[in-house]
Amino acid sequence: MSDAATIVSLPDQSTARIPKVNFLSKENGLLSWLLTGDHKRIAILYLISITFFFFIGGALAGLIRLELLTPQSDLVATDTYNKLFSMHGLIMVFFFLVPSVPATIGNFCIPMMVGAKDLALPKINLLSWYLYVAAGIMMIYTMSAGGVDTGWTFTTPLSTHYVNTHVITTGLAVFIAGFSSIFTGLNFIVTIHKMRAPGMTWFRLPLFVWSNYAASILMVLGTPVLAITLVLIVLERTVGIGVFDPAKGGDPLLFQHLFWFYSHPAVYIMILPGMGVISEVVSTFSRKRVFGYTAVAFSSVAIAVFGFFVWAHHMFIMGISNYAVLIFSLLTMLVAVPSAIKIFNWTFTLYKGSITFETPMLYAFGFMGLFTIGGMTGVFLGASGTDIHLTETYFIVAHFHFVMVGGMLMAFLSGVHFWWPKMTGRMYPEKISQLAAVVTFIGFNLTFFPQFILGTLGMPRRYASYPPEFQILNVFSTAGASVLGVGYLLPVLYLTWSLKYGAIAGNNPWQATGLEWQVQSPPLTENFPEIPIVDHEAYDYEWLERQKENEVASVG
Amino acid sequence: MGQQNDATNFAMWLFLLTEIMFFGGLFTAYLIYRNWYYPAFVEASHQLQIGWGTANTAVLITSSFTMAMGVWSAEMRRKGTLVLCLVLTFILGLVFLGIKSIEYSEKWEKHHVPGFHYSVQSFVNPASDPEVYKEYHDKPLAMDMASKTEMYFFLYFAMTGMHALHMIIGISILGYMIFRAQAGAYTTGHVTFVENFGLYWHFVDIIWIYLFPLLYLVSRHQ
Amino acid sequence: MSEHPTRPHHDDEHHIVSPFIYLTIVAILLVLTATTVAASYVEMGVFNPIIALAIAAVKMMLVVLFFMHVKYSPKLTKLTVGAGLFTFLVLVGMTLADYFTRAWGRW
Repeated sequence: MSDAATIVSLPDQSTARIPKVNFLSKENGLLSWLLTGDHKRIAILYLISITFFFFIGGALAGLIRLELLTPQSDLVATDTYNKLFSMHGLIMVFFFLVPSVPATIGNFCIPMMVGAKDLALPKINLLSWYLYVAAGIMMIYTMSAGGVDTGWTFTTPLSTHYVNTHVITTGLAVFIAGFSSIFTGLNFIVTIHKMRAPGMTWFRLPLFVWSNYAASILMVLGTPVLAITLVLIVLERTVGIGVFDPAKGGDPLLFQHLFWFYSHPAVYIMILPGMGVISEVVSTFSRKRVFGYTAVAFSSVAIAVFGFFVWAHHMFIMGISNYAVLIFSLLTMLVAVPSAIKIFNWTFTLYKGSITFETPMLYAFGFMGLFTIGGMTGVFLGASGTDIHLTETYFIVAHFHFVMVGGMLMAFLSGVHFWWPKMTGRMYPEKISQLAAVVTFIGFNLTFFPQFILGTLGMPRRYASYPPEFQILNVFSTAGASVLGVGYLLPVLYLTWSLKYGAIAGNNPWQATGLEWQVQSPPLTENFPEIPIVDHEAYDYEWLERQKENEVASVG
Repeated sequence: MGQQNDATNFAMWLFLLTEIMFFGGLFTAYLIYRNWYYPAFVEASHQLQIGWGTANTAVLITSSFTMAMGVWSAEMRRKGTLVLCLVLTFILGLVFLGIKSIEYSEKWEKHHVPGFHYSVQSFVNPASDPEVYKEYHDKPLAMDMASKTEMYFFLYFAMTGMHALHMIIGISILGYMIFRAQAGAYTTGHVTFVENFGLYWHFVDIIWIYLFPLLYLVSRHQ
Repeated sequence: MSEHPTRPHHDDEHHIVSPFIYLTIVAILLVLTATTVAASYVEMGVFNPIIALAIAAVKMMLVVLFFMHVKYSPKLTKLTVGAGLFTFLVLVGMTLADYFTRAWGRW
């Protein structure tokens, strides 16, 4: 690989320095971070917090896979196992996946991408982080007090009447985390509508902004329904009002309707920002405009809109009417279309592009392959006939891990590596990061592909013990998980290393288009020395060439 | 400055969207159970006094008027009128909560609070409740349907309680605003805060505009 | 209270709604309240809830358009309100669709 082409263009390392004045050096001291309004600092605060929760969720995953090495429930009791997968799900969904790209990369980049000094509501942005931290602390308390064992889906009447675990505290923690998410989304929508620089029309915005805009709509409109649902659960458990209790005339299915009304759009909240990252990365490392910009932009919004119409496909076997099954199944087929359109567009972007294989691009390739598989298996699940056999088996587990881990997590890592030089001013070490990406890809496939087979063979999900004939596939899966763990640990190590020893990145190591790459790394607190005037389209590599020709070679 | 006003106004509207969806879950639950347990909902709703409900509706609508007039006063830079309008809105808000607490304590006394010694006596034997029986002559409900009145009251307390919570928050902010208005903060051209609060207040009014017919006016005819 | 503002308009398209309009609206709202109460005393079968919700919807539109100034607001505000109402209706409508069609039994 040593002769492989690379587009990386760094300043002369013997004379390069991190710019003296930047958002990191501007102010010092703990309070300057804890009371900051600077979207970039808040992004870093979020990055640290979500990484912390990611590893807690990951440790729980490790315990799950360890238990599943043997058919018996011998490592942990079945009740404990229930708590392991519940806490794993809750932490990964609400404390990692939902905020991952928006709160870190989105917070950092969106103001710069639209040409603004900061988000529209900086104080609300900070509040959002504090709500996240408060929710996180509640969650840690809950875990140490024994956690919940209802599954992350809190299904009634199990969660309201049959368990004596910490449903109420967990529900309240998720409620608070939900508001963190709402405020982030609200902030993005206002910023994107109202704070674009002169000349930055909607169709000149980077597709990352479009994706986050769509996700933000979902955050604002969907999350409140989760909030009221959790309130009802808490009331049901404390006062015993009966809204989900058949004995008092309630319907447990009502909970599921309200829960999934949020939780289905939630999966699009999780994936859309990741898709935004992929648009940026694929374009940069193919040196080509994203094919079909308008189609990708509208697809993002279409995914958001259609995402509201399909929630009951999580409830096909639960007792909803056959007519509802029919309609929701049909609508689910529709929602797959915009996602597929995006994959086609990225593929056509690659076609006849000058492709190089830096780490962000490796992750992006991983995303495109694994998300496609995950998405296609979603179609088997959306078809109600096959869903009846596949639901509540490991097929579902494999499906959502392919889209969320093979898809979203890879996109997140792609984004972190892509914007790392911008955020820190330093490059990460390329060889080890490429190795980590490959290790992750191998580990991922070994972990989760066997689970598709397990699911079709009939192994149920959320079971600590299983029939012995499933053991060999479970052993493969656990082996893969160990490899995956190494793959995720490596970035933490080398990214931290790079903070001190990484090469100086300069403004635009990737020679990318986009306003954030036209300013110093790390950026100034106010992002731009003067308000940019935008006169070029997104992904305009010719414009970039002309910029470089006009560039001043050295600064006095 | 104009851009800032524009942005915060838009932000407030987005926040109101979250509120619409938040209440949406409760409205969904209400509509389902009203459909399933209609006789219970009819008879249970007769336990709410239509006089108080109508009065509260009028009070809240009037408070929306005084709030809108407050915004106008701020736009016209009339400090005295602004303070008057905000104070009137504040008082009307308190009147609303006062009437609500009268209603709630009446429910408490009649054991119609779910989860707290709930009694179906008034529905299994309506004649035992002479004031209501005189007006509506309800038929006795079978035990299983009568027990569903508890569902009605749960939704009544959940929805009006959530609404009242929003009222309390609104009135608290109003109190703060009255002080600031008296100091002239909103009559020098910076009307955004008053305007955006007005949006919140009107929204809370709209929720009640739907709660009133749904909870009080299920069926009052003989 | 005069109908004409005594101060110049702000330089954004900020339209100041006159108190006369507010007065008219609040009067209509109170009349509609009385109407909806009266209607609940009249037996109209399945139309009772329909009329009650229709009157409530009219009251809501009056508050939204005039008290909340949406009639005089930019298109974005109108779009936002529409989006909220639409999503609310999707939640209520599609959930109720499941409940109503359960009674239809199997195909």
